[in-house]
Amino acid sequence: MKKVLKMVDLDCANCASKMENAISKIEGVENVSISFIAQKMTLEADETKMDEIIKKAVKACKKVEPDCKVIF
Amino acid sequence: MNKKQKKILIRILISLILLITISFIPLNGKWNLLINLIPFIIIGWDVIFKAVRNILHGQIFDENFLMSLATIGAFVTGEYKEGSAVMLFYQIGELFQGYAVGRSRKSISSLMDIRPDYANIEVDGKLIQKAPEEIMPGDIIIIKPGEKIPLDGIVINGNSTINTSALTGESVPREVSAGDDVISGCVNLNGLIYVKVTKEFENSTVSKILELVENSSEKKSRSENFITKFAKYYTPCVVIGAVLLAVIPPAITGEGWVNWMHRALTFLVISCPCALVISVPLSFFGGIGCASKNGILIKGSNYIEALTKTDIMVFDKTGTLTKGVFKVTAVHPESVSENQLIEFAAMAESYSDHPISQSIKELYKIEIDKSRVSNYNEISGHGVKCCIDGNLVCAGNNKLMDDIGVKWHPCHHAGTIVHVSVNNEYAGHIIISDEIKPESEKAIELIKKNNIRTVMLTGDTNKVGVQTAKKLKIDVVYTDLLPQNKVEKVEELIENKKEDRKLVFVGDGINDAPVLTRADIGISMGAIGSDAAIEASDIVLMDDNPAKIPLAIDIAKKTLRIVKQNIIFALSVKMLVLITGALGITNMWAAVFADVGVSVIAILNAIRALKFDNKK
Repeated sequence: MKKVLKMVDLDCANCASKMENAISKIEGVENVSISFIAQKMTLEADETKMDEIIKKAVKACKKVEPDCKVIF
Repeated sequence: MNKKQKKILIRILISLILLITISFIPLNGKWNLLINLIPFIIIGWDVIFKAVRNILHGQIFDENFLMSLATIGAFVTGEYKEGSAVMLFYQIGELFQGYAVGRSRKSISSLMDIRPDYANIEVDGKLIQKAPEEIMPGDIIIIKPGEKIPLDGIVINGNSTINTSALTGESVPREVSAGDDVISGCVNLNGLIYVKVTKEFENSTVSKILELVENSSEKKSRSENFITKFAKYYTPCVVIGAVLLAVIPPAITGEGWVNWMHRALTFLVISCPCALVISVPLSFFGGIGCASKNGILIKGSNYIEALTKTDIMVFDKTGTLTKGVFKVTAVHPESVSENQLIEFAAMAESYSDHPISQSIKELYKIEIDKSRVSNYNEISGHGVKCCIDGNLVCAGNNKLMDDIGVKWHPCHHAGTIVHVSVNNEYAGHIIISDEIKPESEKAIELIKKNNIRTVMLTGDTNKVGVQTAKKLKIDVVYTDLLPQNKVEKVEELIENKKEDRKLVFVGDGINDAPVLTRADIGISMGAIGSDAAIEASDIVLMDDNPAKIPLAIDIAKKTLRIVKQNIIFALSVKMLVLITGALGITNMWAAVFADVGVSVIAILNAIRALKFDNKK
């Protein structure tokens, strides 16, 4: 299952790749791509665990850049 | 500029003024440090705050932390002004980066500003606005002049001209009237039209295109992946270098640690790979945006990169290089005049709806007086026998002529032949064939200039195929192919292409989805409305103009050139400053340029990818 999440105030491109790296290590994530330019994240993951994975992903983003909000 | 950016701008100005003022006040010792801390804190408090917070989160190689460390280090080694100034420039650079990226993002999304906001629908004689998502197929929507067409449909009432430029890049407006298909995303220019909706919003052209463009940033190119990987190792390496530089030389030589520490701090300032991390994807994004402005939708930056490596370009013939519509291409009268030959043929074919008959009637243009035609007799698979103004006229193929015993002449033109005989005497023949698109020849010429081998595949007969290929100067042609043979041929060509180079297939999206998928890059043209074709191809041309292919190659080449410039420029400046910094030739000022200045220049360069001069 594929989900697109909007990222608000994602200010640094290097952070985006750090987030990408962190999220890809979450269990159940098949593919993740964060576009700094489009300010959004495309997350592919197991449908049954989607909600849980999104929560973890948001947490991972917060860790890298606390000012960035993820909207889903 | 948004609120956040304005706030930073004010802080930059205040600290800049303070910094200049302070430099005129002669103070020494403790007081000098204290007064210098004021502008530093004004400009840098948030960076330091973020650095502390992120360390608590376990983020060590965070740019805020490195920047704080470098500037605080400058204060410790007694370089107060340098510390504040470096922080100031860092903030200016960040502000500019944010501003420039925001601006280019906006300009790219405005290129694709085709999303309709509402649809007008009549309820109880009143016009109300509804969200396009709520409209169902079969509903009648009303589109007023100046409005966007929200959903795909058929005009049932009204005449207007519509502007398709947002979709196709084509600036000539199109006339529509009852019975014509209209696609969503176009703008209705002058008349009121009633449209019967044929597709729900999520399947309408506009949704498909937006989805495609919005997802284009997912498929990353090799350059982008390289940069991401590079960034992962670059920062830790530079930081380790800084530590070694601060510790080892003073330990060996016994020199003062302040000097070496200062050099090490220079390293920290350049340790962020931002210039590359931002400018490379931004260049690709710009290239994709520029292409979509020209009616070329590219599904990912990896295809931009691949397009510049094209070795073989394979074309489908019908509908791609030719119009896919039958037209009279030659009239060869023998015993009558040209006009007479056309008149006889048109009258003989007057009762038929066959595409061939239609094309002859189209050429004749005059309304046919059917009372002049009598004893009409259609012989299936052969042609027509009839009486026109008292003359026995036969029009048909070779078999018909043989049957009635008229001696006919073959033609050197390829195409479908219609012989005409009058009173059993051969009058001449008309050739009907698929017309080559006017842009095809120039397009092939431009493609070949890029050192690309051209191949044409067609299901047509050898004679027709070879003649078309010859006219267009295509290198190789394969004829008499069934759809499945096309896949085999493409596979064979992929085997034979140069290593590391790509094979591109261009088709009209009808029946060639398997080939589009099999090729390294599948380009479909004029595929609007065909979901399967859009799905299967990697690049979609919104109109069916082959001239868009060399244009796409040019845009791709320009984009990649910019990407390479940025990578080489940023890397070499950083390397240079790292080396000269380690040798003590340059100081932190050069380092802040290598970090922020390079980012700014790289971003400005990346923005060039958005613009492409079509007329050259």
